[in-house]
Amino acid sequence: MAALVLLPVVACLGLAALAALSGHPAALRYAAILSAGVVLVSGLGLVAVVLGGTTPTAVGGLLRVDALSAFMLTVVGFVGLTATWGGLSARATTGPTDRVYPTLVCLFLGAMSLAVLADNLGVLWVAVEATTITTAFLVGHHRTRRALEAAWKYVVLGSVGVAIAFLGIVLLYAATLASGTPTLSWVVLDQARLPMDPSLVRVAAGLAVLGFATKAGLAPMHSWLPDAHSQAPAPVSGLMSGVLLSVAFYAILRVQAVVDPVIGPGLMRGLLVAAGLLSLAVSAALIVRQRDLKRMLAYSSIEHMGLLALAAAIGGPLALTAALLHVLGHGLAKSSTFVVSGRILAAEGTTTIAGIRSLVARRPGVAIPFVTGMAALLGFPPFSLFFSEVAIVVAGFRAGLGAVMVVAVVLILVLFAGLARHTASMLFSPSPAGDVPASAPPASTAVMSSQPDRSAHGPRLPLVIALGATAVIAFATGPVSSLLAQAAALLGGTR
Amino acid sequence: MTPVLFAELVAFCAGVLLLTGVLIVWRRELRAIVRLLAVQGVALAVLVAVIGIDAHLPELVAVALLVLVLKGFVLPVVLGRVAGPAGPGRVETPMINTTASLILLALLTTLAYLVSQPLKAAGSGPTAAAVPIGLALVLFGFLVLATRRHAISQLVGFLMLDNGIAAVAFLIAGGVPLVVELGASLDLLLVVLVLQVLTGRIRAEFGDLDLDDLSELRD
Repeated sequence: MAALVLLPVVACLGLAALAALSGHPAALRYAAILSAGVVLVSGLGLVAVVLGGTTPTAVGGLLRVDALSAFMLTVVGFVGLTATWGGLSARATTGPTDRVYPTLVCLFLGAMSLAVLADNLGVLWVAVEATTITTAFLVGHHRTRRALEAAWKYVVLGSVGVAIAFLGIVLLYAATLASGTPTLSWVVLDQARLPMDPSLVRVAAGLAVLGFATKAGLAPMHSWLPDAHSQAPAPVSGLMSGVLLSVAFYAILRVQAVVDPVIGPGLMRGLLVAAGLLSLAVSAALIVRQRDLKRMLAYSSIEHMGLLALAAAIGGPLALTAALLHVLGHGLAKSSTFVVSGRILAAEGTTTIAGIRSLVARRPGVAIPFVTGMAALLGFPPFSLFFSEVAIVVAGFRAGLGAVMVVAVVLILVLFAGLARHTASMLFSPSPAGDVPASAPPASTAVMSSQPDRSAHGPRLPLVIALGATAVIAFATGPVSSLLAQAAALLGGTR
Repeated sequence: MTPVLFAELVAFCAGVLLLTGVLIVWRRELRAIVRLLAVQGVALAVLVAVIGIDAHLPELVAVALLVLVLKGFVLPVVLGRVAGPAGPGRVETPMINTTASLILLALLTTLAYLVSQPLKAAGSGPTAAAVPIGLALVLFGFLVLATRRHAISQLVGFLMLDNGIAAVAFLIAGGVPLVVELGASLDLLLVVLVLQVLTGRIRAEFGDLDLDDLSELRD
């Protein structure tokens, strides 16, 4: 059983080494996809084990898989597979000899797997910091001025933020030391009910949340996110937006579960409500006037992280189950739309919203997955984001946060209008007539307008699987719902 | 180690930490700042060793050696290579003048003592009394990050912030578990190496390391 726990991390490291050392074209092309596949398979295997009633551990208890870890590992694998497999065509342009990119993607997947498998909050922190290190050069991969600027801001802000989280973890450790049982083990902290000093835990919780919220892209510590997510290659944007933010958010959930019984839910609820509403407001303000497709998707991620923060603030089984479902639905939809944005960039040569016109008529092959992904992100039924968003709002009203929920719903409607308007303009609005001289249209334009480009510009299957799963997962019962319920219960959803 | 000697050594190391922090904010010359950071790293290592010897923890003495090598030697050397050879023109102009930044330092130190009141619960004695110094270094690091626009200054600010956090960790809890300490040290080294490579690319692309040039990405 310990082997299954170690498998994702070891496989990612091994495939990274293979990509770095062998340099064989096939290894470079498929290493990242294989890594994500192994993570997904071990995630599903661990889900089965956990639902069977055991919690496997490895490396002397440093790694421990409960329902929440198994669920998050599956999300990492599934989103990772969508982004890397769907991003295959974008990769071909970087040249066959580039070993750095696949190596770093494998290491990135390994670091995220380690983060969700760790039982020790310190190891969780080390893994989250490792995600910053492995993604730094991926963000700056294109080596343009903008990519360099984004990478610098990302590493400095990310590292400083996560360093603050480390201070919080140190203080939590100090609190356990004073209570006689020095530990950073999450399960011990959660179950032993150590007599920790509340004032110290209060400071520790505030700092830890502040730090991990920086990495999760919650406002007001979000300023690096639109830059990094818009400058990175599309598959990396998909991985960072789709799942890295959620891994950082997972760290907040773990900290919350530990500190709430000691200091009461008030502090965490206050911090998370403030961050959640501010994130919604910031993304609403900046999406309405947004000019770039990838930045628009990045701000949409801030919106969804804000919603998750509100769900965590609400607490209770309904809100937490909905939050976890939202993590999965958002991860799959966002990685799909980022992958499609990469294909649009490859086909159209631009990601500016004004530069992309009548996509449905001209390029139905990329327009159809794009509109499907955007419908999922906008929260149309039957996509799971609709159900998770409704559940979060309902839970908020039940928990007595009615005023907060009213503000949140208004902001979500503004975001909906902004996103829908931009999407419609890219899909349907006619190309400006000035581009094509009416007297003598060039041959290529004539061919393109008479024969729409039906090519998907990359593999279709990963997008079909990801978006299909987003559409049906909310109706799935049995193992899925019992897994989500168990995971939410671990976070205090039963209290 | 007698309690008096232990208290004096802890206070001395904490004093050196604070003094180097003040001097880093005061000085303008980049190479001098990097040298001061090395002194700060050595002071931190001595502090860890003193705590380890007093508590009879050989593990902590080994960690002190790690801190000495990493923060007293390796990281300053990496920064020095980024800074390039000494000479005129290696001086930066911060956004606020020296007088204002020194007044801010006094305010931040006071603030550190005020906010560390809740941390007193973690213990007493000479180490607990020095905890505010660690927090002051964290705040000094933020000040440098906020007011300096040169890439090396930003790195120094980040490392000072990290030194402050490490000082708090060793003073309040005798350090974190060894596996976490090793992981955190490796992460710190890799982050600085990543930033070193990025500074090289920024210099090649923009001509210098003034981060005010990094302003193309806006909404």
